[in-house]
Amino acid sequence: MNGVHDMGGMHGMGPVQPEPNEPVFHHRWEARVFALVRAMGAFGRWNIDASRHQRELIPAAEYLRMSYYERWLAGLAELLTRHRFLSAEELATGKPAPGVTGLAPAMTADEVAGFVARGSPAARAATCPPRFGPGQHVRARNLNPAGHTRLPRYVRGKSGRIDRLHGVFIFPDTHAHFLGESPQHVYSVRFEARELWGDAAAAPDAVYVDVWEDYIDAV
Amino acid sequence: MKHHSHDHPHDHAGQGIPSDPALRVMALESLLVEKGLVDPQALDALVEAYEHKVGPHNGAKVVARAWTDPAYRERLLADATAAIAELGFGGLQGEHMVAVENTATVHNLVVCTLCSCYPYPVLGLPPVWYKSTAYRSRAVIDPRGVLREFGLELPAETQIRVWDSTAELRYLVVPQRPPGTEKLTEEQLVALVTRDAMIGVGLVRPPPAGHAA
Repeated sequence: MNGVHDMGGMHGMGPVQPEPNEPVFHHRWEARVFALVRAMGAFGRWNIDASRHQRELIPAAEYLRMSYYERWLAGLAELLTRHRFLSAEELATGKPAPGVTGLAPAMTADEVAGFVARGSPAARAATCPPRFGPGQHVRARNLNPAGHTRLPRYVRGKSGRIDRLHGVFIFPDTHAHFLGESPQHVYSVRFEARELWGDAAAAPDAVYVDVWEDYIDAV
Repeated sequence: MKHHSHDHPHDHAGQGIPSDPALRVMALESLLVEKGLVDPQALDALVEAYEHKVGPHNGAKVVARAWTDPAYRERLLADATAAIAELGFGGLQGEHMVAVENTATVHNLVVCTLCSCYPYPVLGLPPVWYKSTAYRSRAVIDPRGVLREFGLELPAETQIRVWDSTAELRYLVVPQRPPGTEKLTEEQLVALVTRDAMIGVGLVRPPPAGHAA
């Protein structure tokens, strides 16, 4: 979707403000949200693409006003009700409905180290050869889906060169909507800065974007 | 004295999920705990992992090893996930790693314009500026301006490569080893490598005079 989350190349966001000796979390609630998102995600009712898409659905003005972990909290609350861990009433009242118990065993403290160490690999076995090879010239398709995509607006319609092949990965455009993993080859494409931003950009510079096969055409 | 005003989020405690994020999160956590969906000790362990165990000291070990062991450097650039696993790091948000090396002519910079993807196993959780709209919007269109805000002015002829983490690949910048560190041990080198250098918004500086071995 052409949401405000897709902000590569936008102006008006102000300067970058690094904070010396920044803590991992600024508030305890941020740490709890981080942990809740991970613990509830581990049930596997949704996936990382659906989780990202849920945050993209936050109305644009709200998205820009919220801090990072406020977005995580908003996304989590939506996912919990959409996937029936909580009813809207439970979320509104903060009280569990009578008789409702655990739907699956909760992650225990002992399981955390394994969960962190395993992660959730998104690579899949190749079932067909890649359509493109290193050095090949390609153009990003001018796609504007209303749903989830990982093709940023700033490269659509632009030409680049395949830098390397990454292998086969779950396709977020279908996975985010629970329409299957549809794995396909992912490539790193090098776009010259001047191709993306015009002659004012520094001549030697380039942006590398990871794209799924369905995002590009041969030139 | 009892208030019935609705101005204060505290008045809503126990009567619904309040608007203040701290109170909302507390209410949501206790609801999920009551339903048996969440074990608070598991949440503690998750927080503990990223506050005290996983962080940029991991990435610094990878970089120092690459500086001191040419065969390791080769393996890291060829298959970063496997090379990083050799040092015991990997997993959540580092399942598929790519290492990109700075040279005399190339400087690498990592961003995620679409959300805030970041290589947890080697760098820990991202700083606020990395997740900010300013960094996400500008790193791709104005990398030199962004670097200037970090006090880094690169020569016009240096090629800046910006890596936008749009897929499940996570990027680690291998900074240049600073001059005058030839006699330092691997452990001493680890102490020089900063998080910012491994994102590409900083350079690794030589140790202050007098500290060099």
